[in-house]
Amino acid sequence: MEHIRLPKVENVRLLDRVSPRRRRVGTLYLTATHSIFVENESGMRNETWVLHSLVCNVEKQAASASGCPLLIHCKNFQVLQFVISRERECHDVHLSLQRLSQPERYEELYCFSYKPNIDEEERRQEWDFLDLKADYSRMGLPNSLWKLSPVNQHYKVSDTYPADLFVPESATPPVIVGSSKFRSRGRFPALSYYSKENHAAICRSSQPLSGFSARCLEDEQMLEAILRSNPRSDFMYVVDTRPKLNAIANRAAGKGYENEDNYSNIKFQFIGIENIHVMRNSQQKMLEVCELRSPSISDFLEGLESSGWLKHIKAVLDAGIFIAKAVAEEGVSVLVHCSDGWDRTAQVCSVASVLLDPYYRSLKGFMVLIEKDWVSFGHKFSHRCNHLVGDPKEVSPVIDQFLECVWQLMEQFPCAFEFSERLLITIHSHIYSCQFGNFIGNNQRERIELGLRERTHSLWSYIWTNRADYINPLYRPNHSQTQGLLRPSTAPYCFKFWSGLYNRFDRGMHPRQSVEDYLRAIQEETQQLEEQLTSHKEKITQIEQEQEWNVTSKETTFDKSPTVWALGNDLGLANTPQDYTGGFITSSPCQPKADSSLILLPKDLNQTSDSNFSNSSDQESGIADVSCRSPLSEDSTRDADSDEAAYSAA
Amino acid sequence: MEFAEHIKTANVEDVVLRQPLHPPSRGTLCITGHHLLFSDREESSSRQVLLLLRNIDAIEKSVENLLGYPGFFSNAGHSERPTDLSLEDQWDLSSPEKHYSQMKELHERWRLSSVNRDYLVCASYPPAVIVPHSIDDDTLKKAAKFRQGGRFPILCYYHRKNGMVIVRSSQPLTGANRKRCKEDELLLQAVIDGSDKGYIIDTRSSQQAQQARMTGGGFESKSCYSRWKRLHRQMERGKSLQESLIKLVEACGDESHNMDRWLSKLENSKWLSHVQTALSTAGLLAECVERDGHSVLVHGSEGTDCSLLISTLAQLIMDPHCRTMEGFLALLEREWVQAGHPFQHRCAHSAYSHARLQQESPVFLLLLDCVWQLWRQFPLALGFSEALLLRLASQTRRRPNTLKRFRRK
Repeated sequence: MEHIRLPKVENVRLLDRVSPRRRRVGTLYLTATHSIFVENESGMRNETWVLHSLVCNVEKQAASASGCPLLIHCKNFQVLQFVISRERECHDVHLSLQRLSQPERYEELYCFSYKPNIDEEERRQEWDFLDLKADYSRMGLPNSLWKLSPVNQHYKVSDTYPADLFVPESATPPVIVGSSKFRSRGRFPALSYYSKENHAAICRSSQPLSGFSARCLEDEQMLEAILRSNPRSDFMYVVDTRPKLNAIANRAAGKGYENEDNYSNIKFQFIGIENIHVMRNSQQKMLEVCELRSPSISDFLEGLESSGWLKHIKAVLDAGIFIAKAVAEEGVSVLVHCSDGWDRTAQVCSVASVLLDPYYRSLKGFMVLIEKDWVSFGHKFSHRCNHLVGDPKEVSPVIDQFLECVWQLMEQFPCAFEFSERLLITIHSHIYSCQFGNFIGNNQRERIELGLRERTHSLWSYIWTNRADYINPLYRPNHSQTQGLLRPSTAPYCFKFWSGLYNRFDRGMHPRQSVEDYLRAIQEETQQLEEQLTSHKEKITQIEQEQEWNVTSKETTFDKSPTVWALGNDLGLANTPQDYTGGFITSSPCQPKADSSLILLPKDLNQTSDSNFSNSSDQESGIADVSCRSPLSEDSTRDADSDEAAYSAA
Repeated sequence: MEFAEHIKTANVEDVVLRQPLHPPSRGTLCITGHHLLFSDREESSSRQVLLLLRNIDAIEKSVENLLGYPGFFSNAGHSERPTDLSLEDQWDLSSPEKHYSQMKELHERWRLSSVNRDYLVCASYPPAVIVPHSIDDDTLKKAAKFRQGGRFPILCYYHRKNGMVIVRSSQPLTGANRKRCKEDELLLQAVIDGSDKGYIIDTRSSQQAQQARMTGGGFESKSCYSRWKRLHRQMERGKSLQESLIKLVEACGDESHNMDRWLSKLENSKWLSHVQTALSTAGLLAECVERDGHSVLVHGSEGTDCSLLISTLAQLIMDPHCRTMEGFLALLEREWVQAGHPFQHRCAHSAYSHARLQQESPVFLLLLDCVWQLWRQFPLALGFSEALLLRLASQTRRRPNTLKRFRRK
């Protein structure tokens, strides 16, 4: 609080980036965690919340007659331009925001002060929601080929690795330790993904300290062990995700890459993904293109090309495809590394996993994947996402690229993913928001030291509670195209610009209609109608039974035919798949009708409470966004609306 | 079947077919009077490729090598088996008569004129056209003489919300010495009767319009048409649009899979710029009518390409009925087939062809692309899907002059 020089500024204008003539006048409040802009012109109270930790930079521009402009760039790609009438006030806001958006200690981060209305017991359970061991046992581990190694239990061998690691059955602790001494930061080869069907595995490590000629017997044994734990294959791939030139340059520093002559039966492969500095600059350039006021098609395409962003996305996806194909089609194990094995390696391994295993394309599986390949294997979130004030050279949008790769895949396979674009965007903004403890710190050891499990909330259970918001209505797990290995096309024209993320706050720019929301609403409606149908049917059966009973009690046996017909009809209907659920729930037809309406009740309650919860917490987190949902009413007003919209866009 | 006489060899065995994204396959090639048929010999796959001869855009024979003669076929559209078509009830999708009778609001100020009954006044107009009530047929005939190709201003859209209209024509034949035509001025005056002004959207730049005077064309000058305000929006047409498409198709066929090259080729083709210009000009037109509340006259030079393009798009933007399946097909029928877009000339070939014809121009394809872009932005607004657009694109290629034969039940 002591950093807030001015808690409230009156008469502030918020300019619209797309059409600068449209502006809103209001009051800007600075709180300990958020900047809040309250529009006070129109009758409706319109608020814009911006979390301090999402602020990327604050820029004070030259004052003009109308006031002093303050430009705020956010890490979730929101850009806000305020005009404050008095220079003095603008100066104060500028300084306060600058300090507030750059915490110096972990304790200042939002997650430690974020206290939703959840009691302690529940909070602790949040952290048990995802269990990585369960994922390994889903893959069929441990088994006769792979074992859980306790070697890194106290982070002694590698301080950036997780405590629980899977290694080949034949790898003894001395071999592991020896191998780790020959690898950057002690990051020895460990299992990332294992295919139950053909025993092929994806392993990851950092670069070997080979220099120009150094060898390490244990490291060679380690790779041999990995090769042997895939009994059906007589060689393995070692994939270096760096451009060859970078790898060679590293040799001069005593690092480098595996020499095929020293390792038995490896095939060595470079896949040129550029380093974090190139990626940072590329994203910067790409964002500049996004911010152009009214670009021509040429401006946009030229800018996009010169940023190189899509080229880099393609490189990551290409690498993922190479590995996925090696595992699924050739049945060959792969060892992946880059320099330290926590940026490009994480990208490539997780993209390959998404391609390989339908489980990682489900909502829960995707969370597990990020938890495993990114969080536990020590992707340096705090450095890369600039959580604390630090070295700007460490910042890089590595995880952004992974999320975008998944998005590009979703565009190619709209039915293959259980979750929608909204999940990716939510995860993206929470990686940067520091609202949850999941992405704080740089590795598992740091997280334990910070006591995040004890003091913060987990994003995963938050998402799971609100999962209805993230479900992809087109998801078809049984479709032939969505099973097994995904084979995306990597022709350049398959890569699109993700305006849903990079321009998500420019609402005036594209008034989009969401097919997804529409489908979701239809699905909900269908479900309700089906439930009604079941209850009506039940009522009919009940009435018929009563009638039948009456009839039989009167002993007029001739009049039975309508009942028989009705029963037969009923049975016939029950064969349509949508009737099964209803049939199962109301299994005994003799139950009184009140019972069936009870079945509907809890569902409704759940839904309303869910949406309440999500609304309130959205506001808390400062995501001003996502859904412009009015599922059912939308339909009726659609045409009139789109009229307006269509030509304002054009 | 006089076509069949040209077949020298009907059957070729042992032909290898290479297609992008497919493994090469070996089979038999048959040539019939209308189709080229390739069937795979391998038992496992029953792949058949049926290619309409009309769809072949270019054929190349490359140097003989050991494998045989590799022939490159590039086809400009998908081929599929003909579905049963019943000829009845397919030809009256929409006509000015029908259009007029459906619009009761129109009747007060507009009438249906059959001045072009025998296609004598304007060869490219339908027999019946909608014109202002106060203008008689003689005036129309005189006005037609003042417009290129006789395409005098006729109504193409009536905006129910405010009674404003879109009218289209070809350029006035003012020529170098600024000729005038009283009847044409009267006709335009009648269009905006009761309103203080109207807009003319000229699909050429003002410089191009000035130049057109040298060849007998021109534009409506301020002094003669005092209540009309001219807006110039330069739109690409003719050959350069064709060049643009050729570059685009070439970029799509690039097999280097290089992102930078793709983006720069895409940019270089300028196709998307043309799409953008078309959509923003249509947006301007819609804005004039809907927001500004004034009637608009659209023309370029001939009035058979860009004018149709933007009047179609503007109707799609403004009128929900045009966004239904039925409405869209009726719109195409009215604005393209009946309005005399020279399909035969414009769609003779596609992007692969080496024959660079003067008249060739993918304006209709540009329209389909623009509609697709609208659909991308408003996926719930259109009553038809991408499939219809694709079908239309290949259909115009195949039978340019019988667009309307196609109608889905």
